[in-house]
Amino acid sequence: MVDLGTDEIVKYPFLDEAGKYLSDKGFSLEQFGSDPDLKKIVENAFERIITASDGRIFKSDLASNNSALPMEIFSFLIAVILLKLSGMNTLIRRFSLAEARRAEKFLEKDLINQKDVKKSKLSLQILQELFSVTVQKNDEHFTIPIADYLKHAINFHEREWKLINRKVVSGKVHLTSHETVRLVRKELDRHIFNKINSSSSPEMIQGFEPYVQKLRTLAKKFEVKTVESTEFPPCIKHAIEVLEKGENLSHSGRFLLATFLLNKGQTIGQIAPLFKNAPDYNPKVTLYQLKQLSGISGTTKYKCPSCEKVKTQNLCFPVSACDTIINPLQFGRKRV
Amino acid sequence: MNERDVTLLEDTFKKFYFDHFELLHVPENSIQREFGFQKFNGGMNRHISLKSDKELHLLLMQNKPSDVYCSNACYSFPNLPMSEKNWLNADLIFDIDAKDVTKKHQPENTLIKCSDCNEISNLTNSCPNCKSTKLAIITLTSSESIQSTKDEVKKLNQILIDELGVNPESIKIFFSGNEGFHIYVPKSEYQNIGSKERAEIVDYIMFRGVIPETFGIKKFDLNKSLFPKFDDDGWNGRIAKQLYRIKSDRSKVSQEIISGGYTLFQKRLEEFRDKIGIQIDPNVTIDIHRIFRLPGSINSKSGLVKIFVENINKFDPYTDACFIDDEKVDVHANCPISFTLKNTKFGPYNNETISVPKFSAIYMICKGVASST
Repeated sequence: MVDLGTDEIVKYPFLDEAGKYLSDKGFSLEQFGSDPDLKKIVENAFERIITASDGRIFKSDLASNNSALPMEIFSFLIAVILLKLSGMNTLIRRFSLAEARRAEKFLEKDLINQKDVKKSKLSLQILQELFSVTVQKNDEHFTIPIADYLKHAINFHEREWKLINRKVVSGKVHLTSHETVRLVRKELDRHIFNKINSSSSPEMIQGFEPYVQKLRTLAKKFEVKTVESTEFPPCIKHAIEVLEKGENLSHSGRFLLATFLLNKGQTIGQIAPLFKNAPDYNPKVTLYQLKQLSGISGTTKYKCPSCEKVKTQNLCFPVSACDTIINPLQFGRKRV
Repeated sequence: MNERDVTLLEDTFKKFYFDHFELLHVPENSIQREFGFQKFNGGMNRHISLKSDKELHLLLMQNKPSDVYCSNACYSFPNLPMSEKNWLNADLIFDIDAKDVTKKHQPENTLIKCSDCNEISNLTNSCPNCKSTKLAIITLTSSESIQSTKDEVKKLNQILIDELGVNPESIKIFFSGNEGFHIYVPKSEYQNIGSKERAEIVDYIMFRGVIPETFGIKKFDLNKSLFPKFDDDGWNGRIAKQLYRIKSDRSKVSQEIISGGYTLFQKRLEEFRDKIGIQIDPNVTIDIHRIFRLPGSINSKSGLVKIFVENINKFDPYTDACFIDDEKVDVHANCPISFTLKNTKFGPYNNETISVPKFSAIYMICKGVASST
């Protein structure tokens, strides 16, 4: 793994090197619950979680890390302990994302660091070792092999990340430093989340209870309730209209309609009659296809395609309510 | 298909395979591939594992298949059901078909066969006999459509080399045996990518999902200097050539783009998609569990062979992929337009019994416009 100094661990406290920091420095967790001098670190850790749960990025005070007790390494590690003790998954999710975005800023800075080649090299190494992305630096821009780029870019819904909207030359995608780092945000988030989730849960530590209790209360705020209207999205209405008119609906249109209705809980018996007017209607084939899609015949239950996919198949006829959704199944769903 | 036709086709195909074993090889890593075959009037037999050319040749002799297939994917257990195969990787493959390139059926080489009354006639919207609109399309040889398909293959090749970084040596072009080409890219850096990633490559090649911002056209801030330039790489350069036509018109056209605004430019991009996007069949490239016609085997839709194309410019499928002999055969043909095979023009035939070389008879039977007597 990468050889890191304290200032690097402050920036990337989720790396393996940071994990050993507590024991290497000779601290036990109990000390943080009882020692008044260490209380500041627990406060800081708690603040770090609160900031993350608000969707903000924890602001680094680099000066606080110059002492023998680099505050931000400890506060990250203690925050993880507090989160594990609270057992609240929604807070862990929010914390991972905020920490990923914090690290993203440092990574971006390090990538373009012209003065300190070591820092720039380290950031390239982190991208390679954690996310298997081989990034090459070419003056102002960065290049990534297309296959590496795609493995990450397919997780984005914004069209700007599609390969067609990128500069592509000789098997490489050209990106800015910001885009390079943004590319791995989800994986960085997942990496931190998995790291926290896979760490063992400690017993309750004396002095941590009030923080843990506050976190549990806070997590309740984030419970989301949704209501759903029964109206179909325009792409589904269109597919049904085409069939009702007895016109030919493309294979992808039929796939969209069937998977949508199956995922909404309709039965094969309810869906099959919709296809009766299709010019090439064959009841046996229709039933076979529906059984395949529903997972009754095979092992896979097919998902409803994303809005992005529906768009590229020319089956999307968006209305304003479509602006905030990424899958037709979400149409009409509202938070309360 | 009637029994007599099936027997004639089975015997002819078998003879071809027996005489041309040298054309039929299992691909590299054959032990990890899934093979499949179809018999005339029969269903698909899949999940077959073959270790060697010998086993393949034996399968051809024993089963007299109408079509033979092999997966582009490698699996740990190719002969188990799909969910248990354990997918390892797959060659990147593109399919360019004449029907997608020409977009519109041409009356010179297209017939319709009514699904209700079986009447065969020239291209129209409904059956002249029973007025049914349930029609099957039959396309016959057309050097024009093959030429435009070849041009499309060349454009794809250029993108694969210049933009996707594929080594030109590793691109293998095959005539599909009917009306198109299969372009194989084995052992590339794309070997391990999944279906979603391949879908992105497909969109790139077909110029789909593009946004105006990619060409410097933003909603509120239109800055000429960001617009595509003639000498730009990739789609930027190709779009520049479409937009400005000639280099010196860049300034004038840029001004028009600014006056037209974002939405108009978006519409123009959609027009360009249909015009200069490469017309590959997206589903073929995206599907990583597909079985493809085996190179060297006969395509039962035409009786022509799926064959490796060494020089796309010189390649003539209607001669180079036509391997069946010219022994005279009597058939009853109903083929109201003519076609050309091995540089010989056949037809039109108007419900008549004729004596033609076997390659022509087989072609017509495969196309469903003739029957053996």
